[in-house]
Amino acid sequence: MKWFMIMDESKKIRIALAGNPNVGKTTLFNTLTGSHQHVGNWPGKTVEKKEGHAHYKGYDVEIVDLPGTYSMSASSAEEIVARNYILDERPDVVVNVADSCNIERNLYLTVQLIELGANVVLALNMSKAAEKLCIDIDEDKIGYFLGIPTVKIDANSTSGADKLMDAVVSLATGRKERKPTIKYGNEIDEHTDELADMIKASDIRLNYVPKWVAIKLLENDPEVVDKIKGTDDGRKIIAEAEKKRKHLADVFGENFDNSIADARYGFIAGVIAESVEKKNIDRISVSENIDKVITNRALGIPIFLAIMWTMFTLTFVIGAPFTDIINQIFGWLAESLGKWIAEYGGPLWVKTLVVDGIIGGVGSVFVFIPNIFLLFFMIAILEDSGYMARAAFIMDRVMHTIGLHGKSFIPMIIGFGCNVPAIMASRTLENEKDRILTILITPFMSCSARLPVYILFVSAFFSENQGTVIFLIYLTGIFAAILSGFLFKKTLFKGLSSPFVMELPPYRWPAMKGALIHTWERGNIFIKKVGTVIFSIMIVIWFLASMPPGVEYASQESLIGMAGTVIAPVFAPAGFGNWQSAVALMFGFAAKEVIVGTFGTIYGAGDEGLVEAIRSNFTPLSASAFIVMALLYVPCVSAVAAIRKETNSLKWPIFVVVYTTIVAWISAVAVYQLGLMLGLG
Amino acid sequence: MAKETTLDKLKPKEKGKIVLIKGISKTNKRLLDMGATKGTEIVVVKVAPLFDPIEVKIRGYNLSLRKKEAENIVVETE
Repeated sequence: MKWFMIMDESKKIRIALAGNPNVGKTTLFNTLTGSHQHVGNWPGKTVEKKEGHAHYKGYDVEIVDLPGTYSMSASSAEEIVARNYILDERPDVVVNVADSCNIERNLYLTVQLIELGANVVLALNMSKAAEKLCIDIDEDKIGYFLGIPTVKIDANSTSGADKLMDAVVSLATGRKERKPTIKYGNEIDEHTDELADMIKASDIRLNYVPKWVAIKLLENDPEVVDKIKGTDDGRKIIAEAEKKRKHLADVFGENFDNSIADARYGFIAGVIAESVEKKNIDRISVSENIDKVITNRALGIPIFLAIMWTMFTLTFVIGAPFTDIINQIFGWLAESLGKWIAEYGGPLWVKTLVVDGIIGGVGSVFVFIPNIFLLFFMIAILEDSGYMARAAFIMDRVMHTIGLHGKSFIPMIIGFGCNVPAIMASRTLENEKDRILTILITPFMSCSARLPVYILFVSAFFSENQGTVIFLIYLTGIFAAILSGFLFKKTLFKGLSSPFVMELPPYRWPAMKGALIHTWERGNIFIKKVGTVIFSIMIVIWFLASMPPGVEYASQESLIGMAGTVIAPVFAPAGFGNWQSAVALMFGFAAKEVIVGTFGTIYGAGDEGLVEAIRSNFTPLSASAFIVMALLYVPCVSAVAAIRKETNSLKWPIFVVVYTTIVAWISAVAVYQLGLMLGLG
Repeated sequence: MAKETTLDKLKPKEKGKIVLIKGISKTNKRLLDMGATKGTEIVVVKVAPLFDPIEVKIRGYNLSLRKKEAENIVVETE
């Protein structure tokens, strides 16, 4: 009897999914892997990495969903990640998912995958719809001319997937000899062949297809040049490539980038002529008709605002009852456990550890969950349907003037609700630098947790104009965001103007299942990674508020109170140099809502008493300064943790913490000092 | 009479054939990747509500780009 199965190495297959964005790659990935998938980041990058596995006819299949790309050059983090995975990890098969109706542009990536030397299976997706609406593709002919197995599929059906996996297994286990069929014309082919021969004869020890290296050198690809410039042979070859590049530029009268793109599309045109028949029905017309309304000159912006408002409202309104339930559950837990511990004579520090530290900590993570899940679900639906691209199209003019991409608008809007999902939503931006820049600015979008602070101070001092004052507060935040955007663009992200050039994909019914899987995955990541950070900080704060043993929780004698006393003078120029404010602000680092509660605890006041307490301890001017401080300073630890997660680095979250605090301090001091000078004190 | 102009100057519904893309830049590389090569037909679909970017149709799909980016695409019109 066998008690264990020996995993037969030959029964393991590794495949990668590659393709343009919006072709249904993720849907295929979901179909193949079901819930057996795992989302993370590619090491050192902010690009999402999706891995999963499946079983097929006795084979153990490991599947990596590469980021959607239009090309395999080194122009973006996505392209580099995808390309390096194929070159260095050498998956057994690369499944190239293509949009059948859009076959011309999709094949541009296909030929480059073949150039790379990957074992490609072409999966013509959305084939049923394509046959009805736009195009007749003879999969055998197209496979013949490309020299690779080709299968028609519909990513959400399993029958096409089975046919695909048959082809994959067959390619993975068969002989991997491919007849080279790609021709780029005599001039280019001659020069690349010569260069390839030089590379083969040299001491260059790159395990890459020589012809691919040759093409990349002619394209002056920085990553490839970098890899071979270390040896004499390498440098000679680079010089030779330079010569050839100039020569070809003379021959064609344009720089090589143009020529190779031309040649690839020329080859593609030839393949298509033999194997494809376009129908007269224009599929795009449906989408274009919808766009007559959606991106209409007059209706475009109102519709966009309406959709944003709806997304916002639905999230925070539908989420509210759930958030309330969670708050109640944790509140009940805190009370019951607190009483129970007191009954059994547990020392105070145990009670506060359990109640404020653990339950408070865990609770502060869980309280985000309804909003996060709802927001992600809605973003997934909007993205999948194709609407996001239209939103970016409409808002780009505004975003571009502050150095951002049209797609930055969505995360920034979400930031008004909560910075955490906003930061995580920056993934919709294709370009890494755009993502980071958006993330850096988002904290100035005043989140809803800061609102209680404004309300408290505004009702204490500006009760006649509450609405207006709060509106001005939000405007200040937006102003700070725009200013920072300008500043960062001129300094940190100088000269990196990323192209806007963006596809407007056809509208599609969003795949609910895919959206749910996506939402679940993201939500899980949030709970696991971000949650542990938040929780840890809460424990630290609990500790600082409870020690030394025997002190009253969060009193001036506790560690945090002592820290507050030490720090307080820093805020003196801003008018609130007292330990209570310092402690409140420190607690605010954990979660902004906590600021109001902390004042309540410290001043020993309930709701009404608190307004009085504020009136006694602040002046209208110092209150204004405090508001500015609360508006601009460091985002809550959850947001900082989200920044860490999304930027996959330590330097950015630290930068945000430092930068926002400095800006806040300077602004608060400026407000107070200017006010004093103007005699408003 | 074939006239040469740049893509940003075309109005909605106007079409042209790409002659060349001026200069070397990340944007131009991206445009080439997206199929904006010599001899390709390109049609302007519309302009965004805030007058930038523009939407064009090329190789059977819809692409949007800023006017500044479109300035680099030289086209030939009827």
